[in-house]
Amino acid sequence: MTIEVSPSSISDSFLDRDAFLTGLLNQVTVSEKDDCLQQLRDGAVKWVRHSVIPNTRDEEWRFTDLSPLKQIDFKLGMFQEISLESDILSEVSQRLVFVNGVYSPDLSHTEDLPAGLKVGNLDVLSDEVAQQYLAQSEGTREVFTALNTAALNDVAVVWVGKNVVVETPIHLLFVSVSGESATISQPRVLVVAESNSQVGLIEEYTNHRDTENTEKEVYFTNGVTEIWVNENAQVSHNRVVREGAAAFHVGKTAVTQARYSRYSCNAVTVGGRISRHNLEILQTGEQTETTLNGLTVIGDNQLADTHSALSLNHPHGVSKQLHKCIIGDRAHGVFNGKVFVPKPAQLTNASQLNRNLLLSSKSRIDTKPQLEITADNVKCAHGATVSQLEDDQIFYLQSRGIDENNARKLLVNGFAMEVINFIPVASLRESLLKTVTSLTNK
Amino acid sequence: MIIENSGLILSVKDLTADVDGTPILKGLNLQVRAGEVHAIMGPNGSGKSTFSKVLAGHPAYTVTGGEVIFQGANLLEMEAAERARNGVFLAFQYPLEIPGVSNLDFLRVAYNSRRKAQGLEEVDAFDFDDLVEEKLDVVKMNSSFLNRSVNEGFSGGEKKRNEILQMAILEPKLAILDETDSGLDIDALKIVANGVNQLTNAENATIMITHYQRLLDYIVPDFVHVMARGQIIRSGGKELALELESRGYDWVLEEALGVGV
Repeated sequence: MTIEVSPSSISDSFLDRDAFLTGLLNQVTVSEKDDCLQQLRDGAVKWVRHSVIPNTRDEEWRFTDLSPLKQIDFKLGMFQEISLESDILSEVSQRLVFVNGVYSPDLSHTEDLPAGLKVGNLDVLSDEVAQQYLAQSEGTREVFTALNTAALNDVAVVWVGKNVVVETPIHLLFVSVSGESATISQPRVLVVAESNSQVGLIEEYTNHRDTENTEKEVYFTNGVTEIWVNENAQVSHNRVVREGAAAFHVGKTAVTQARYSRYSCNAVTVGGRISRHNLEILQTGEQTETTLNGLTVIGDNQLADTHSALSLNHPHGVSKQLHKCIIGDRAHGVFNGKVFVPKPAQLTNASQLNRNLLLSSKSRIDTKPQLEITADNVKCAHGATVSQLEDDQIFYLQSRGIDENNARKLLVNGFAMEVINFIPVASLRESLLKTVTSLTNK
Repeated sequence: MIIENSGLILSVKDLTADVDGTPILKGLNLQVRAGEVHAIMGPNGSGKSTFSKVLAGHPAYTVTGGEVIFQGANLLEMEAAERARNGVFLAFQYPLEIPGVSNLDFLRVAYNSRRKAQGLEEVDAFDFDDLVEEKLDVVKMNSSFLNRSVNEGFSGGEKKRNEILQMAILEPKLAILDETDSGLDIDALKIVANGVNQLTNAENATIMITHYQRLLDYIVPDFVHVMARGQIIRSGGKELALELESRGYDWVLEEALGVGV
């Protein structure tokens, strides 16, 4: 994500080739501020101006056609007053709320913070720390991340000091509220866990469900989350994307893990017209542990794409990945899981499993495990399965007095629960299960 | 136990059934009264397992003729789930794994659907826990099994015990045990048989389908039937099983059908 473009080397005729992208950039660009981030923004603007929205000829976007996105004229979403009842997690005490990407101190709850924990908007960090971490994650350079950085403004910040153990997870809630016209919002998250610290996060993207017609609202969420897990620290990350049925979502999660650190991600994506999650994890030291659990549940004509890339670069790295998809109606799921095990990463133990449940004959999954291993003393396993509900399983449940419909529901929910059960907040597990049930029982 | 004039639980007359257009059951007759334990034996491919699945209502089997009356009602008109709610229970030869569904939740959902059909109030999770704890003892199961996904990662013996646990909770009128003894070592067999024996009483009836006489040492049948070519070709008391054990099936087939196998 480090932006290094030297404009002089590229002719101006390559600028602004994509009218849709230029339109988006014009919408999101903030008026010039004289702050420490301006250089980052400027660099990212240049990157965007030299880029185009990817199409299906691009290998990384082969199965995810963004043309429906490009047909919509998005306006920058503005802050709106909302009430939150249904989105509040009663078990969680610290909460940051952003409405259309704009920080809402009123809806947030950041009181009684323990010593050594900073939770709030970007101004809770010193310029020095902000510059050290923000937009500094290595990883794939791509246009959506640059578009987000180009408009850097409010940022959800969680900074956990050395040796600090945060007991309850912190809720980062991003609510989209769309009015007459389609809106774009660009949430941004920065999490830094200093050495030997421990923290849990619930990063949630949703639309405002307390109003009518929320399912029809068209909006585009383009989020970027950077997580720094420093030496021997532990971050439990829960990422929930529960956007409206007509919404577009592109999200980047870039995680940098120092040695001996542990990072786990439970990513659940439900609904959304087109959603894409780019999950990039870089292990930068030995004996580093990464656990990735993913669940995608889609129906109608929805498309959900998860591209993960995990780089194990040092000895004794461990990674465990499980990604599950439930795909109904004419929906289309995509999973691409890269795992890099280069020569120095000896004694790596990496496993990846992708399991897909297709609920209709028109549903589709494209899955591609992609393990690139050059180290010679490693244990690596991967697999992908595609299945439908088995008649014999349904009959087994029927033979115990459970109706066919309920039997199907039980089986689908069971498939989803394997991942949902990893989420540490009971009320969120319950509400997710309800969302899954309503999407798969129509 | 054979009880004079006890109520008729199951009456099967001239039952015929197909799988994928191939006739498997070819005119099967059987009467089962309350309190009775019936064993159905027979060589591979004789239609024993098909009979059990037809009774339970498996959709892959098409009934082409005959009738099955269960407690005075036409069983063949009922969906599989309805049969179960009315008291038909099939212990599967190969119990299925249901990932992500806890054994406890599964048992409670099944129990409550049976209660609902009986016009009884549903039982909440708390009360159900007590009930299950009590029933675990029937099959000597540890309560840790309850929090695991249904049959997932269970050994063969654990799966069969789990079937009998379900039977203990659902208290069926008619239990059909399909090869419940196959693949069990003698200790597991004793536990399973002991469980079944605790559950049989004067009000219900049991049909055991088995290859082996061994099971019948532990669950003593009132009647033994020999099935071949989709029919019951001979019926007798428990001594018939012993005779089959020592002499094989050929003599029965010869007597009944006039051919060897």
